[in-house]
Amino acid sequence: MRQQTISEKILAKHASLKSVEPGQLINCKVDLVLGNDITAPPAIQEFAKIGVSKVFNKKKIYLVPDHFSPAKDIKSAEQIKMMREFARKYGIVNFFEIGCMGIEHVLLPEMGAIKAGDLVIGADSHTCTYGALGAFSTGVGSTDMAAAMATGEVWFKVPEQLKFVFTGKLNKWVEAKDLILYTIGQIGVDGARYMSMEFTGPVIRQLSVEGRLTMANMAIEAGGKNGIFEVDDKTAAYLKKTGAGKGLVYKSDPEAEYKQIFKWEASAIEPQVSLPHLPSNTKPVGKCKSIKIHQSVIGSCTNGRIEDMRLAAKILKGKRIHRDVRCIILPGTQNISLQMIKEGLMKTFIEAGAVVSTPTCGPCLGGHMGILAEGERSISTTNRNFVGRMGHPKSEVYLSNVAVAAASAITGRISSPEDL
Amino acid sequence: MKSSGQAWKFGNNIDTDLIIPARYLNSHNPQELAKHAMEDADATWASKVQKGDFIVAGDNFGCGSSREHAPIAIKAAGVSAVIAKSFARIFYRNAINIGLPILESPDAAEAIKEGDEIKVNLVTGEIDNLTSGMSYSAQPFPGFMQQIIDAGGLIEYIKTKKK
Ligand code: SF4
Repeated sequence: MRQQTISEKILAKHASLKSVEPGQLINCKVDLVLGNDITAPPAIQEFAKIGVSKVFNKKKIYLVPDHFSPAKDIKSAEQIKMMREFARKYGIVNFFEIGCMGIEHVLLPEMGAIKAGDLVIGADSHTCTYGALGAFSTGVGSTDMAAAMATGEVWFKVPEQLKFVFTGKLNKWVEAKDLILYTIGQIGVDGARYMSMEFTGPVIRQLSVEGRLTMANMAIEAGGKNGIFEVDDKTAAYLKKTGAGKGLVYKSDPEAEYKQIFKWEASAIEPQVSLPHLPSNTKPVGKCKSIKIHQSVIGSCTNGRIEDMRLAAKILKGKRIHRDVRCIILPGTQNISLQMIKEGLMKTFIEAGAVVSTPTCGPCLGGHMGILAEGERSISTTNRNFVGRMGHPKSEVYLSNVAVAAASAITGRISSPEDL
Repeated sequence: MKSSGQAWKFGNNIDTDLIIPARYLNSHNPQELAKHAMEDADATWASKVQKGDFIVAGDNFGCGSSREHAPIAIKAAGVSAVIAKSFARIFYRNAINIGLPILESPDAAEAIKEGDEIKVNLVTGEIDNLTSGMSYSAQPFPGFMQQIIDAGGLIEYIKTKKK
């Protein structure tokens, strides 16, 4: 039989085929369908046109109003209401009202919704996040979501496979975020267009599952269809803790075919900053140090997990946010907020002069809770720095890891924690 | 199915935030979205574009978010097709699923200039530049995708399959 990668094996299994190869068009059964308050409303409209009386599975559809919630205006409130009513009408169990809501890609792994070997689609491009748990997971649009809610199926073109091997040792203050920013900087925003990105090597094995979620999250910023990691003891422990259960663990065969294999030495990688207006526009932090900032955003589906909050607090502890900077902290879920209270992180942030938000996408996509004015600049642990992403078309977003965003909030300029 | 109109040129990596900024995503009404199509790339484009016109762009058109609002905004603005060197994956799916014609042709995308008069045969994928007299042919779609396109989008396709 054809030697296959993890991604190919999961696709084959869900298409009831023994094996698949790149370019092949297949129809797959899905384990989970996700939508948010921007993408679900059009999906609900399209769903009505199909003319089915029920959804394919009441437990496998996840509706998370996270982008503009708590509802920022009347129109947003209407969109969330539409989701709520749809969930009630069709008996969809997993609708998340504020109070139990979180940023979708932080919430779903945390609550054990995803296990290894699953095939997940979400009407949100960062659905690729769950590849960190050994699932094949990818973003689609609202019409695909509607079709999948009705049929439980989705069509795919089997992607070509890329492999990224990280060897050596991580430098101080280098996070998983830097490895993915570096990757995007090397291959470009379309370097993995239509392709699977498999991350492996000794450095990847050292990363926490949270770190791997951060990396898989940004596969889309290289144009990737999915990012994927092999399941190891850390993944198994994570899946056990969340109650997901281990699922089906696949490994790439030794002779599996890759379109290209990239090998990078981690010790050559410094903390990275992506300059406006493309995530691939990366530079080592050392080369960005004169850049003045007005805002620092720490959170999002990329870096809004407890590990990120702990790191930010470690840097901000006993320090004061620069007087010309607004520092906005966005934990990913209610549980994370609670944990922050237990560990005293809330106190640290507030004493430092940062504000801590309820879980929401907020400024990450220029929704609310920290929009930039003309000419303003934000350093941000989010994932996109396109024109106008955080507000005014003439504002700027610089992407970085958590430590750099926290250090910069203190100095008022893009800084490394070394500079404090 | 032939369409003709004027070409509007855009560069590489035109992302979905440029096509339809998130500040307008509290609505999914096509006419509402059309008013702001391409706004952060060209603030007055939506008022200039005429029914039947074409967007002609470089590589990776539609990269970024999964918002279907992007192809919807372009379609509702009156654009008859997007011609690009290449398309980002989710945009490509979304365009097919909602019935916005897209044509992948690096040669056409390179050579066509802003304001050129373009005629496209959406069945054969033939692109004629009436201004320069040049002709190009776009990559054909795989059979299964052509079926979705012929049905008028994914929802119609599923409905016909159910029957
Ligand atoms: S946090 Fe940002 S990138 Fe993540 S789902 Fe929300 S808007 Fe999208």
